[in-house]
Amino acid sequence: MLRFLLGRLAQAALVLGFAVTVVFALLRVAPGDPLSGSTLDASTAPATRELLRHQYALDQPLRTQYARFVGHALRGELGMSLSRGRPVAQVLRDVLPNTALLMGTGLLLGIFGGIALGAWQGSRGAQHSPAPARLTRFSEGLGLAIIATPEYIVATGILTLFAATWRLFPVGGMVTLGVHDAMDPGARLVDVLWHLVLPALTLALIVGAGIARHQRTEMRLVISRPYIRTARAKGAPERRVLVRHALRNALGPVIALCGLLLPSLVGGAVFVEAIFAWPGMGRTMVDAVTGRDYPLAIGIVMVSSVLVTLGGLCADLAAAMADPRVSAGRR
Amino acid sequence: MTGPPSGAPSGPPSAAMRGVPVPRIAIIVLIVAALLALLGGMLAPYDPNALNGMVGMQNLPPSWSHPFGTDGLSRDVLSRVMAGARISLGVGTLSVAIAVIVGTTWGALAGASDGWLDDLLMRFVDAILVMPRVLLLLVLASAGPMSPSTLALALGLTAWPPMSRVVRAQVRAIRQREWVVAARALGATRSRILLRHVLPGVLPHIAVAATLSFASVIPLEAGLSFLGLGVRPPTASWGGIMRDGADRMLDTWWLLLFPALAIVATVGALHAVGERWREAVDPHQVVP
Repeated sequence: MLRFLLGRLAQAALVLGFAVTVVFALLRVAPGDPLSGSTLDASTAPATRELLRHQYALDQPLRTQYARFVGHALRGELGMSLSRGRPVAQVLRDVLPNTALLMGTGLLLGIFGGIALGAWQGSRGAQHSPAPARLTRFSEGLGLAIIATPEYIVATGILTLFAATWRLFPVGGMVTLGVHDAMDPGARLVDVLWHLVLPALTLALIVGAGIARHQRTEMRLVISRPYIRTARAKGAPERRVLVRHALRNALGPVIALCGLLLPSLVGGAVFVEAIFAWPGMGRTMVDAVTGRDYPLAIGIVMVSSVLVTLGGLCADLAAAMADPRVSAGRR
Repeated sequence: MTGPPSGAPSGPPSAAMRGVPVPRIAIIVLIVAALLALLGGMLAPYDPNALNGMVGMQNLPPSWSHPFGTDGLSRDVLSRVMAGARISLGVGTLSVAIAVIVGTTWGALAGASDGWLDDLLMRFVDAILVMPRVLLLLVLASAGPMSPSTLALALGLTAWPPMSRVVRAQVRAIRQREWVVAARALGATRSRILLRHVLPGVLPHIAVAATLSFASVIPLEAGLSFLGLGVRPPTASWGGIMRDGADRMLDTWWLLLFPALAIVATVGALHAVGERWREAVDPHQVVP
């Protein structure tokens, strides 16, 4: 297990090293240089231009620039945001908790809901299955429809129905503007949760539909294995067979899959945050890109790469704990 | 994985793919979409970019003369959705072609080599995969609105890593098979073995990966346009039409609904076909 952990850590470090290099290359292949977008326009005096170039070391050879870039990245210095005039790290520190709240809630709901739903669907056809055929087929069809629907359409649909038409939930933002600061702490919490429902639900639906599909396939695969027949032959109650023997064994690959889903989830969060006006990293990214704020955009790419790598690491460890065959490399 | 993949059909995978029952509705949707992409502009009842009259023609709900309504600039939405198929599918096709070429080359190289080179190539793939694709595309899009071919290039260059993983895994599996061993024993060169004996077996897997990749590229393209970072207006694209309606979604629901249906139908059909093929070709592969 320790070997497995160390191996994965070394891999993650290498991967992140490559990622930083790719980001640096992206910066260099973009037309102009990182400054040409917003701070410098035609009216900037050439002397000022040169001074700024020098300040940001853009007049140095590529090798020096790369070394500087990596050094700064290692120390967590992500430069200055051009549009906000503050260090990128500070901007991210403000918005990251909001994204963590949204994605964490969506992810937890989606993973647990998806696993439960998939296990339930996958047990169809087993003896005394708790899943009636017609209902499972309906839920499977619904799941496929959600998988085929891009997150911004899901989000727009949910927003239109639950917020704009029926007015059950707020249309966007994270707090009720103007009133929030006057509330007592308990009411503030309720206020945030109230705003959290729809965006988190959108993410949970997208995550859950994907996970349920894989959980269902794994579950069916495991139920057809001989050891399930053995467990039944020994007279184990069906509920125990399904939960302890089937679900436990079908869980490993699905947990590992959660790690693989992370990058697309971060992407989905960009759209969800933009549509629900949630003040998180995704929305900041859209602002940064439309405002040509390169350092901020690059900082967000780097921070989310690190988070995705860590998340993948956690998922692999969890999968190894759920299924010892994973760490032994026999899967 | 060493040796033949367990549970795979014994014949060549392409044969397994040919007989797969694919939902007829999916085929119909894809044919209609392809026709629209090729002829959309000609079949459209109106010029997709024509302003039909600034007085009293803006934001009309669906009617007999404008079945999908009109947008805020009085353009006919049905015509725009039909013309948008060309951008969505054209950009999609081009970017998948780029992804297939880069991904196959990269994956075959990694699969055919051993040790450090394979490791290096695949860690690079991992590195691109940890950077969320939408974020990479947004960075690329920050240079300003793109032409369709630049957009296809950006989408293709972020789509090849999963493809290279599939190709590498299959090349690894096939190079252990008897006919490859036999060819090597007969003294065939490395490149001949790879091109003549290994790649044909990988083709069905590439076809599956390309179909699923197509299904993932279309929503991304539309999503970028939806955020205002895709194809330069006034060119009609499905995401762009949705963006036109996003500000007043309750009043102009037709601007959101119809392009959304076009996206969901196309993506759903591609998913359906790709998943059926995948089950036939490679039942155990896990694709996120």
